[in-house]
Amino acid sequence: MPELTSQKIPVTVLTGYLGAGKTTLLNRILSENHGKKYAVIVNEFGEIGIDNDLIIGADEEVFEMNNGCVCCTVRGDLVRILDGLMKRKGKFDAIIVETTGLADPAPVAQTFFVDEDVQKNARLDAVVTVADAKWLSDRLKDAPEAKNQIAFADVIVLNKTDLVSKAELAEVEARIRAINPYAKLHRTERCQVALSDVLERGAFDLDRILELEPEFLDAGDGHDHHDHDHGHGGLKHYHDEDMQSLSLRSDKPLDATKFMPWLQELVASEGQKILRSKGILSFSDDDDRYVFQGVHMMLEGDHQRAWKDGEARQSRLVFIGRELPEQMIRDGFERCITT
Amino acid sequence: MTAFDPGESASIISVTDQVRPVKIGAPVVAVHFLGDRAAFVGAEESVFLVNGEAEISKVAVHAGGILCAASDGARIVMGGDDGKLVALDAKGEVTLLATDAKRRWIDNVALHPDGAVAWSAGKTAFVRSGKAEDKSFDVPSTVGGLAFAPKGLRLAIAHYNGVTLWFPNMVATADVLEWAGSHLAVTFSPDNKFLVTAMHEPALHGWRLADNRHMRMTGYPGRVRSMSWSAGGKGLATSGADTVIMWPFASKDGPMGKEPAMLAPLQARVSAVACHPKQDILAAGYGDGTILMVRLADGAEILVRRNGTVPVAALAWNTKGTLLAFADEEGDAGLLPL
Repeated sequence: MPELTSQKIPVTVLTGYLGAGKTTLLNRILSENHGKKYAVIVNEFGEIGIDNDLIIGADEEVFEMNNGCVCCTVRGDLVRILDGLMKRKGKFDAIIVETTGLADPAPVAQTFFVDEDVQKNARLDAVVTVADAKWLSDRLKDAPEAKNQIAFADVIVLNKTDLVSKAELAEVEARIRAINPYAKLHRTERCQVALSDVLERGAFDLDRILELEPEFLDAGDGHDHHDHDHGHGGLKHYHDEDMQSLSLRSDKPLDATKFMPWLQELVASEGQKILRSKGILSFSDDDDRYVFQGVHMMLEGDHQRAWKDGEARQSRLVFIGRELPEQMIRDGFERCITT
Repeated sequence: MTAFDPGESASIISVTDQVRPVKIGAPVVAVHFLGDRAAFVGAEESVFLVNGEAEISKVAVHAGGILCAASDGARIVMGGDDGKLVALDAKGEVTLLATDAKRRWIDNVALHPDGAVAWSAGKTAFVRSGKAEDKSFDVPSTVGGLAFAPKGLRLAIAHYNGVTLWFPNMVATADVLEWAGSHLAVTFSPDNKFLVTAMHEPALHGWRLADNRHMRMTGYPGRVRSMSWSAGGKGLATSGADTVIMWPFASKDGPMGKEPAMLAPLQARVSAVACHPKQDILAAGYGDGTILMVRLADGAEILVRRNGTVPVAALAWNTKGTLLAFADEEGDAGLLPL
């Protein structure tokens, strides 16, 4: 993102269930000649075969915050490591955080919302989830962690596509889309994905929610979303047993004095169900685009840039979560639209 | 650029013209005095020794970031992300004290007046005392801070959900003071009656050691990163708010049921505090670069440094209390003789 985040170091969170290929992707990032230097925070020291003096071992310590927010957990080790890394500012361009295969991505992501010092120095660039094309469908049934990792992703690297048939691939993609239709999906063998597609995504991934239409999804991925119900007007309704997504849009500007309290109250009361939220907003009497993203009860937002001449001033929000109170969210949003 | 509107700048006494400027030219994280020289600890690799004439001599101490530093006036002991624990003495000589076997970061260090040194890497705290072999103790989560008690060889190890009090020379099991949350910096009151931690959330937590009674010290808008005991241990000065928050510790109940003093309010957050070693005054540095000297009795202020820079990162008095050293995060530093 321009201006407001340019000073902050981008952090990519690399997640994925056991054996999906996280380490393969990480090794590629570290060994490829891209002219960038990464500080890497890993869980298993020995797995990385690269000599990089900015590889730090982490203990994945999840701390609860005493702030009355029941789902508010952070990675205590990450707070400490990022603080230490800031002493070597200028020695690296970006940070990659690898999580264990069984990790819930929420505490990692929330660390970037809760901690004042972390927020000052670093920004969450994207959650990249590596998924195993052969085994993901099974894991989505028996491992809640795997489903969370898909739900949290901004970018999904669907790996080992060479080990499955075309039909199996379509099936696993449909299952991913039922949970998270908004992530950018790349099919790979041995994690052969352009690094520019996983690193330093920033504004692009947020802009995607503006561009995203059912037609766009179909055109972009070029295959059949057979179990998706693509209605008209961009309102989508997918059917995973317990994970849903919801998208809202308005061509009329929003009333900031109504929208902000509504959004804050929504995540305060329903935040346990809302895994991720994102939005690009157009407020009345405001020539700047406002962007926000959230994890559970935590939100972070700011004016991003001025709306361009000729750019449609459209507000777009997405929520991904469990048992989302869809009608309540839709009704609340409607009331924030200026008439 | 000036810190104050014309009305106010006319009324505050300024000693900014008496400061000897020091251009460190590298980010600074701490300052301590070694004899008559101020030792500015860089964010990475080096310490900058500065004499009264503001002449700088640079000493290489670590091959990377410097994560922690403690001083007893005779030496500074530092831990780095190179997995090394090193000491720097007043002559400028560097001694390697320990190297972590797994090259883990040395996150915390503490010094005892009798020469013992403690440090931590991950969940393990180590103590070296005299000629005895190093002893170690594992706590349930990563060590957030270390402090020696003023009497006896007793180490406080702060961690998630509490503080462990460990006697390295005794077989007895360690005591655990519990309080939910992540505890970072830890300090004993100079009279050995209280233990205080700065938490990850914007709050302090304290225990009266006689009966482990809790003391909650809350209300900060930001995390407390700097704490300093006033002369004689009557009060604990802290950063984290837009005034210096000074908790009273003179009575047997400490700050329990009492309001803290709020000194030197500015439109910026206090980033560093250092109490004078002998008199009831303190120096406070702010997020906008301002430094004030404040008299504890009545809150009277003297301007040491004007605003308009990055936050003040380090403040220290020499043991006699005749020299104040300071530096901001980018290494713009100074010495003020009193």
